[in-house]
Amino acid sequence: MNGALAGWLQIALLVAALAACYIPLGNYMARMFTTDKHWRVERGVYKVIGINPETDQKWSAYLRSMLAFSGVSVVFLYGLQRLQHYLPFSEHMSAVPPALAWNTSASFVTNTNWQNYSGESTMGYLTQMSGLAVQNFLSAGVGLVVAIALIRGFTRSRTDKLGNFWVDLTRAVFRLLLPLSVIVAIIYMSGGVIDNFSAYHSVTTLSGGHQTMVGGPVASQEAIKNLGNNGGGFFNANSAHPFENPNPFTNWLTIFILLVIPFATPRAFGKMIGDNRQGYALVAVMVVIWLAAVGGISFFEAQGAGMAPHLAHGAFEGKEVAFGNPGSSLFAASTTTTSTGAVNSFHDSFTPFGGGIALFDIALGEIAPGGIGAGMYGILVLAIVTVFVAGLMVGRTPEYIGKKIRPAEMKYAALYFLTLPVVILTAAGLSIGLKNPQASILNPGPHGLSEVVYAFASMANNNGSAFGGLTGNTTWYNTVGGIVILLGRFAPEIFALGLAGSLARQSPVPASVGTLDTRKPLFVGMLVAVILILVGLTYFPALALGPFAEGLH
Amino acid sequence: MAVTTTPEAPAGRGRTTADTERRIGGGLLDPKMLWRSTPDAFKKLDPRVQLRNPVMFVVEVGAVLTTGTAIAHPSVFNWTIVVWLWLTVVFANLAEAVAEGRGKAQAETLRRTKRETVARRLTGWQPGQTEVHEEEVPGTQLTLGDFAVVEAGEIIPGDGDVVEGVASVDESAITGESAPVIRESGGDRSAVTGGTRVLSDRIVVKITSKPGETFIDRMIALVEGAKRQKTPNELALNILLASLTVIFMLAVITLQPLAFYSKAPQTLVVLVALLVALIPTTIGALLSAIGIAGMDRLVQRNVLAMSGRAVEAAGDVNTLLLDKTGTITIGNRQASEFLPVAGVTAADLADAAQLSSMADYTPEGRSIVVLAKDQYGLRERQEGELQGAEFVEFTAQTRMSGVDLADGREVRKGAAASVSQWIRDGGGTPPPELGDLVDGISSAGGTPLVVAERANGGVGRAPGARALGVIHLKDIVKEGIAERFAEMRTMGIRTVMITGDNPLTAKAIADESGVDDFLAEATPEDKMALIRKEQEGGKLVAMTGDGTNDAPALAQADVGVAMNTGTSAAKEAGNMVDLDSNPTKLIEIVEIGKQLLITRGALTTFSITNDVAKYFAIIPAMFASVIPGLSKLNILHLHSPDSAITSAIIFNGLIIVALIPLALRGVRYRPSSASAMLRRNLWIYGAGGLIIPFIGIKVIDLIIQFIPGFGG
Repeated sequence: MNGALAGWLQIALLVAALAACYIPLGNYMARMFTTDKHWRVERGVYKVIGINPETDQKWSAYLRSMLAFSGVSVVFLYGLQRLQHYLPFSEHMSAVPPALAWNTSASFVTNTNWQNYSGESTMGYLTQMSGLAVQNFLSAGVGLVVAIALIRGFTRSRTDKLGNFWVDLTRAVFRLLLPLSVIVAIIYMSGGVIDNFSAYHSVTTLSGGHQTMVGGPVASQEAIKNLGNNGGGFFNANSAHPFENPNPFTNWLTIFILLVIPFATPRAFGKMIGDNRQGYALVAVMVVIWLAAVGGISFFEAQGAGMAPHLAHGAFEGKEVAFGNPGSSLFAASTTTTSTGAVNSFHDSFTPFGGGIALFDIALGEIAPGGIGAGMYGILVLAIVTVFVAGLMVGRTPEYIGKKIRPAEMKYAALYFLTLPVVILTAAGLSIGLKNPQASILNPGPHGLSEVVYAFASMANNNGSAFGGLTGNTTWYNTVGGIVILLGRFAPEIFALGLAGSLARQSPVPASVGTLDTRKPLFVGMLVAVILILVGLTYFPALALGPFAEGLH
Repeated sequence: MAVTTTPEAPAGRGRTTADTERRIGGGLLDPKMLWRSTPDAFKKLDPRVQLRNPVMFVVEVGAVLTTGTAIAHPSVFNWTIVVWLWLTVVFANLAEAVAEGRGKAQAETLRRTKRETVARRLTGWQPGQTEVHEEEVPGTQLTLGDFAVVEAGEIIPGDGDVVEGVASVDESAITGESAPVIRESGGDRSAVTGGTRVLSDRIVVKITSKPGETFIDRMIALVEGAKRQKTPNELALNILLASLTVIFMLAVITLQPLAFYSKAPQTLVVLVALLVALIPTTIGALLSAIGIAGMDRLVQRNVLAMSGRAVEAAGDVNTLLLDKTGTITIGNRQASEFLPVAGVTAADLADAAQLSSMADYTPEGRSIVVLAKDQYGLRERQEGELQGAEFVEFTAQTRMSGVDLADGREVRKGAAASVSQWIRDGGGTPPPELGDLVDGISSAGGTPLVVAERANGGVGRAPGARALGVIHLKDIVKEGIAERFAEMRTMGIRTVMITGDNPLTAKAIADESGVDDFLAEATPEDKMALIRKEQEGGKLVAMTGDGTNDAPALAQADVGVAMNTGTSAAKEAGNMVDLDSNPTKLIEIVEIGKQLLITRGALTTFSITNDVAKYFAIIPAMFASVIPGLSKLNILHLHSPDSAITSAIIFNGLIIVALIPLALRGVRYRPSSASAMLRRNLWIYGAGGLIIPFIGIKVIDLIIQFIPGFGG
């Protein structure tokens, strides 16, 4: 079988598997957040943290709980890293320096998993498992519950209550992320991913050199790393490391599990609002953009540029030969359109346009399908902006799922989509304009520019993948990066919850033939166009000076 | 109305649904208006005025900054950009000034009608009192609850209700209608407006407005747009535009360090040009003009909206409550058929019916005479023709009218029950088939009028009373109304007919007119309950009304259109007043509301999609000299970097002027489903917005490349 055919089959199989999971997983998620039955283990958790699971919170209380929880998580994670040398299972790692510990805490609490360190040489097993891996579950859960709260803004009316943050988060972890992670971890192990507590081994290689063989609880972390769109690898090489991602099967599985929950969330949305076709419309938007990204990256990587790639039938620099060009392109498109940020090949080495598409994917705000929950609330906000313009064009006060888009809603939606460009452009502009941060750029010219823009786009959008070629572990990038990461995560979440509160207070408007039908292909097309044009216009200058300048000769 | 200056204005009045030109037009743009508004456009350059419009404020700040640069580093390019930036702001101001200018002209005419009047105030007077003490005070001193007497030839000093007397009033000052109207105490035609003239008789008016808050004062404020507040949709749109502006400002500001890094630093003029090209100036410039023009379109149709919010709500309406009479049916019932009982010929029945209607000057009575003439050639007899005839007028007690002839013959027509009783009283028996005829007409939605006679042995007639037959009075549904309702349905609007008729009659008319639903035997409480029920389901309701009874419902409805002929209470309760008192206009009001929103949405789409072409013009121009590969993005093959940037800026300014007529007129609107409307507008304004600037910029570039300094 030739490579291209294998690539097509891989994509076809992936689409089929995702389609098969759409309805059952989406329905399960909807039920999970709407039932009033508590599991015994959940009751135990509520008792320990001292909350009454029956209380319904206002949007502001929901928000406070979410922020307090995340704040405590940042502090805990920071402490764990700074004190790891006093703690057991640390494999003789020393304390993590303050700037790096700050950056890493922010990064893992926000589901970003930007890593300015090498896991195997910085973090002990304890930090990895009780700190980073735990956050992999919780941060994914937090993203999901914010989306659920926003959906409740549509399903509820004339109320200021959005549900209970603690209940939602507990359910997200116990009913979805933990069980799926266990299953996936077992499959990973059977597929050859390691999972042990072995001390590091030193071996002599065939050529006589010395190599340290690291071990670790990899498979168990790998499962939630991908399932929860975290992306923070156990090893620095991430999913290009043979212990994390040993073969094409685990590679395919990784892509599948990082897409499966985000792609099923629109179904949960459709189910909760009682109109599955609304879910289909949003998932259609996601699929169109994701497939375009897959197609685009695959195309440019297969073309390659210059003599060597031409002879090799594709650009192979920075790619694991076992996965080939299709496996790497599919992985790159999927990790950047979700907020995963795991990598199995190095985006820095991609062709200018292939890398440019990866950058554009991230800049889209990760809505196709986006991170767990984050993709859902992201696309809902963009749908609201689109509905606003489209709704005016049909001569009515715009409404979406029976809720009007009035100045209050528009205010939150506008602040939401304003945040990321402001954060990314400011941070990137400063880093390129100031002498000291500029020195971190290893490649001169347009490529270096892409590296910096990519880095901040990735951090702000909580992707966490690195283009590479940028020395990130400096005081500037650690500190500013941490701020960018936190703003990029929590500012939009604050606005999403505010929007949810505002929507929930409204009375529903009944639909008629005079109402814009947001379930039709026309709206799907318009939403895709708005997303591409808005993002395109925002980042066009940066893209022109980066990938375009590099790629056009 | 008389106060409008545009020639189109009278088109709004007296339209019937059938001959209405279906396109909601507006005033056309008079080129003279542009010229006359230019001074205002310059006055609005005041930054305090611009601050209200964030998008144009940014352009103005940019213009100030670049002017500084151009003075320090003069060049053809710099000065061209500076001039066009200023022109862009002026064009935006011009759009607003033109829209406001029309209102100002109207207000001017209104002010002229608001002359100083002397009021004859009655002191210590109560309605019904015959003894009066008058004092003369300036009209402006009248306040709530005062009574003033007005006689023929005098101007009514303030808004109020007639509490005594009947008068014909010339209301042309506000409605533009020269035919006088009758205003009388009691009932639903008691309201008079200050500034109108009494033509005959004498009335006493109870003043219902405070000085300075009269109808004319409010009209002036409205047409001038003095207290124009942003409507909810306008606010939401402004938020969107402001946030886009912030994003583009950041994109441009952060471009400079990127440009430095790429060894292609840009001048301030070029960066400002890029910024102005990107921010949504087209819609930003036209937004307020669109709102003012929307109100203006209503004024041209003789509808006064008390707030822009009401106009917007009209576009959102889900349910229209329409009064049967005057909206769905032409005002009155008409005789359509004579149905005689056995032994009577139709011609005899027609003759008797005509006799009984001779003194009946109601439209129903007239229609009987006309039908008798048309169908049986019966000459219309004049009242004086019959010697010694005595006419019996209709009263609520007898519910009959007719004539007693000199030969002793008595003819009556009226409600079935009353006339049957009259027959029995005269010793006769109504035949059983009479009941069948009456029921047949009722169930068909008509009104039966029974005709009977009593004779005391006159020539050729047996004495006694007998029934002759039945007249079928029918509600005549307005022509074209069914199509209108069908259109409403495609727009997702439900129509409900409100009528005092019994359910049977109501149903027949509802079926014939195609209205979606009806409320029969409707009391004001029923109306109110219906509105509440609709609103509870989240629907917006519009209705018209004129009586004091309607006031609570008018106030409760989201869009309440009061008829100008109605009571002050109704006018106070509604949020719009129709000066023509034409209930059908509610449908037009809805269409104008929708058109207003569509225009905003369409121009926003156009404005944003325009940016794509501008990027392709400006970005290669900025960087192609340092990064030659980027010249591949110069897909328009523009002449030189300077000419490319200048062309984009000139296009950006000119498109505002080009779209002023559209903003004032509103985009084309045809009732259709939301999907059809969206598809159409997306093609025109979305796809058009992508393509037109490519063409426009190329054409401008082809021209300006010959200007020395753009040689490149």
